[in-house]
Amino acid sequence: MQEILRLIIAKGLRTEPAPEPDPALLATTRRLGEEVRRCFNGALTIRHVDAGSCNGCELEIHAVNNPFYNLEGLGIRFVASPRHADVLLVTGPVSRHMEEALRRTYEATPDPKLVVALGDCGCTGGVFGESYASCGRVSNVIPVDVAVPGCPPSPLAIMRGILTAIAIGR
Amino acid sequence: MNPETLTIGLNPLPGAIPAWHGETYALKWDQTAQRVRGHGGFLVSVWGSDDSDRGQGCAMHVAYAASGALACLSLPLGQHRTYPDLSPVYPAAVRMQRAVKDLLGLQASGSRDTRPWLRHGAWAAGEAPLRKDYAIDGAGTRRSEPYAFVPVSGDGVHEIPVGPVHAGTIEPGHFRFHAVGERILRLEARLGYTHKGVEKLLETCTLDSGARLAGRISGDSTVAYTWAYSMAVEGVSRIEPPARAIWLRALLLERERIANHLGDLGALGNDAGFAFGLTQFSLLKEDMLRVNESLFGHRYLMDVVIPGGVRGDLRAGDIDRLRREADTLGRAIAALRAIYDEHAGLQDRFIKAGIVTPGLALTLGLWGLAGRASGMAWDARVDLPCRPYDELSVRAAVRRNGDVAARVNVRFDEVFESLRITRLLLDGLPGTAICTPPGQAPDRAFGVGMVEGWRGPVFIALHTGAANRIHRLHPHDPSWQNWPVLEHAVMGNIVPDFPLINKSFNLAYSGHDL
Ligand code: SF4
Repeated sequence: MQEILRLIIAKGLRTEPAPEPDPALLATTRRLGEEVRRCFNGALTIRHVDAGSCNGCELEIHAVNNPFYNLEGLGIRFVASPRHADVLLVTGPVSRHMEEALRRTYEATPDPKLVVALGDCGCTGGVFGESYASCGRVSNVIPVDVAVPGCPPSPLAIMRGILTAIAIGR
Repeated sequence: MNPETLTIGLNPLPGAIPAWHGETYALKWDQTAQRVRGHGGFLVSVWGSDDSDRGQGCAMHVAYAASGALACLSLPLGQHRTYPDLSPVYPAAVRMQRAVKDLLGLQASGSRDTRPWLRHGAWAAGEAPLRKDYAIDGAGTRRSEPYAFVPVSGDGVHEIPVGPVHAGTIEPGHFRFHAVGERILRLEARLGYTHKGVEKLLETCTLDSGARLAGRISGDSTVAYTWAYSMAVEGVSRIEPPARAIWLRALLLERERIANHLGDLGALGNDAGFAFGLTQFSLLKEDMLRVNESLFGHRYLMDVVIPGGVRGDLRAGDIDRLRREADTLGRAIAALRAIYDEHAGLQDRFIKAGIVTPGLALTLGLWGLAGRASGMAWDARVDLPCRPYDELSVRAAVRRNGDVAARVNVRFDEVFESLRITRLLLDGLPGTAICTPPGQAPDRAFGVGMVEGWRGPVFIALHTGAANRIHRLHPHDPSWQNWPVLEHAVMGNIVPDFPLINKSFNLAYSGHDL
């Protein structure tokens, strides 16, 4: 126990400043109503959906929760069910085998909802493109509000994307 | 096993690892499998190809590993659509053969499990996307077909379907549990959700451009895949990268191993209710990723290994920085290991959870990290070493208990071994050149690549086409062998322990579904 406490104290607080929202990432001109933004009040819940990624983007989603980035410290939490989520964070080109699951997840997410497409694959289909097995970009399957490029996008880019989604309409 | 004992004419393949290749005929196909198994060899991969664009029919191919060499056999099928079933000899062949059926329409004769595996209905049962006459943008059917899970009935048995969208940030797959109370009677996995046509797409690539895609087959193993890919390309092109490039590749592969093990060790602590572990290990991992970014330009080292060598070199100052990093990491991980070892609550969850006995591991062909935790000592860096591993005397980490604790211990042991190797590599980094461009490869050549990724051996089989193009490329993730074993590992455990046991294997979805 002593050693655990020693390490916690020795490491100290490592969290770095969060990035600013970036309107250039907006894939939509949709605006959230003032009332809704007041409800979110900067805090929101995210459901991640891997729609067919190579798992590189997932590594960076894990990273945003490490103490350096500490997304939860901003009041933004990952939740276990789309029914509890405000934002869907979708990675990968959408494989045809995930098309239906993604649609259903989208439908299960209560309104108002935001969708952030993550990574070159989510934005454009990336290296996998469209084929007999891939629907390509996320917006080919569900409406997308914010698209974050990168292969994979850095943790800061992911955070910026999420913060941009919340700031829609500001 | 000497290739001669296969009693088939095999020719040595040029390349970085000892490998042989030859053609065979149907009668010998399963006989050879028995012979290899009899000599203690194991199945690496089964794949098919459509060679109709070169005036032939389809063909089946298999790779075995035994006694320090790879033996690859091709079975031309002519106009036939069936070939002898290998699964009675190697149970791990079942799913590989089902995938061949889905993608090429070739059927293992007499095999009992005829359900589709990678095909969920995006294309129809009669269609075969890897046939040359199937367009890559084929319309398919886009229907999702029901899957016949093996039914389990009995008093008090209930079924729990999980996925493909999971509660945590992991890749998509479906798990069907049958449980009595909370005890797992049976688990059946259904994979293929992330199938995105990688193999078909590779056939539109040149040997050069394919490298980028190869590095995205399984993002967490990008170094292993790009190295195995490059090894295959260099083999068919008959070139050898400069020594410095090979040393740097090993450095990158060990960094990939350490980073993934750190991530898993943290996550395993977290899954057992010890969030402190996740915090500490993810700090160490993030520090490493940042060093990767600053020295190699990518946090996960994508696109750093290329056919012919590597992109990006180390300067003297960088080498010192990596030495210091290795020292710091070594101390930090030793401290955390002591905490894990002494934490009663943690060990209580780890010990005896998700056991795979050495006997079962041998029967089912478990390998890689999970295999070594169940007494399967094989490690490509030791048993099929390419340069520079042949000079590093790598010690494989082996445990025999086969439980979560053993898989945790193998990870710890491997991290320390990787740090030791890292120091050797930094001390001995030879030469100055970092790339020998491969030039043009001959048409209809066959080459292989294999390296020990952090999960286990990653294998690439490459059949070249004209004009430096890929005729057929088959990437094989070690998870193919290990997924079915996970289903055994969880039997008799409680459902809430599944995430922990699953994480202790941490198998690939994308790398498997292709
Ligand atoms: S964007 Fe890159 S890292 Fe993300 S899923 Fe696509 S290939 Fe993988």
